[in-house]
Amino acid sequence: MNNTTVLNTLRFIVLVFFQVTVFNNIHFFGFITPYPYILFILLYPLNVNRHLFLIFSFLLGLVLDIFNNSGGVHTTACITLAFVRQNLLKMSFGYSYEFHMMRITDKISSELVTYVVTSVLIHHTVLIVLEIFNLHFIWEILLRIITSSIFSILLIFLIIGLIKSPRR
Amino acid sequence: MQQIIYFISKNSTRLLFLLLLVVSLYLTTQTHSYHQSQMFHSANVVSGTVYEKTNNITEYLHLKDENNRLAEENARMKQILYNSALIVDSTFAVNPSIRIAQDYKLFHAKIIKNSFFKKDNYLTIKGGKLNGVKKDMGVINSKGVIGIVENVSNHYATIQSILNTHTKISAKISNTDHFGTITWDGKNTGYVQLVDIPKLAALHKGDSIVTGGISTIFPENIPVGLVDKVYTSKNSNFYTISVRLFNDMTNISSVYLIENVHIKEILELEEETINE
Repeated sequence: MNNTTVLNTLRFIVLVFFQVTVFNNIHFFGFITPYPYILFILLYPLNVNRHLFLIFSFLLGLVLDIFNNSGGVHTTACITLAFVRQNLLKMSFGYSYEFHMMRITDKISSELVTYVVTSVLIHHTVLIVLEIFNLHFIWEILLRIITSSIFSILLIFLIIGLIKSPRR
Repeated sequence: MQQIIYFISKNSTRLLFLLLLVVSLYLTTQTHSYHQSQMFHSANVVSGTVYEKTNNITEYLHLKDENNRLAEENARMKQILYNSALIVDSTFAVNPSIRIAQDYKLFHAKIIKNSFFKKDNYLTIKGGKLNGVKKDMGVINSKGVIGIVENVSNHYATIQSILNTHTKISAKISNTDHFGTITWDGKNTGYVQLVDIPKLAALHKGDSIVTGGISTIFPENIPVGLVDKVYTSKNSNFYTISVRLFNDMTNISSVYLIENVHIKEILELEEETINE
């Protein structure tokens, strides 16, 4: 048990707890719900076993699905995001991303914004498309993906802003 | 052989991802098929406890509403008591002519998690196997139908809400025998759809819709809602009716579970009849 393991376990529990008790109960205009729990996947350390990372993401999604009675939609969205995360990091931070990642939350750079925005969009698209799964509701799907993503992105930056401040 | 091992070790992440993807897609499609129990649901000890604790806190915000509802219900009960010789309004659940005492048992339960903004909504209640809750019990409150019990654990149970695109509840127009099926199109939490009502039926805006007597889950004459709009199509002999629910499904906290005492007998008889 080292510091990183403890930090990640805590992050898992705290994010799931707040997602289930607070964020899942937010329905702006009846349909906008933010999912900032994916911060766990976004901030997961880079230099670790990718298999373990996939399995943790799977568990994260499964826990959310159990709480939401939603079958496997969160699980699918989470492992998809976990699988493509490396490519997203390369795309937004360039090939030397592993050095940048050490201070990912230090300042809100344009690279960080690209990383978070693309991640949230991918996760929410998979999640909402699978959740509704009906071409009849295509406009509602699009509207919910866009509005929920905006809300999630704002909340994620708010949380990043909150957790980085004590280190200064 | 060596090449296979090499291939597996080289693509191990991808293969693991595919494996997990298959598992999660399986879990997803399971919920999309009609009336199939979920493998993982919130009627377990961990999520049940979390929802119960949070509900203990948030419940205080609705105490006033809940008190009003109970007072209204008490008033109606008293009205029956004092006028017990009369037959009360047909939209009322505990009609003396239904003989609830003989055929149906009622339990009280508290909702600890409500959901209404999805297409397939489930509620979680406190009360499970150990409290006598069984699968396929009907769930109502003082205003009308809420849903049907879906999964049961020792202390908690999940309810398939009336606001679930897979829910089908038999219903009829009050005071007639024109039966149809209540479904939900997934759009508005205040309205459900009543389909398969023949065009022969006389319909008016504001008619009340109640549960039909042909299901083993709900007794007859439990209120559902009022006729709001009637849609007709030239190609079909049936109406599609938009029904405004009596219940505000976004604001419910206390429910009754209905157990049909004779359900076993009925099901056995039906099975025998089919097998003959």
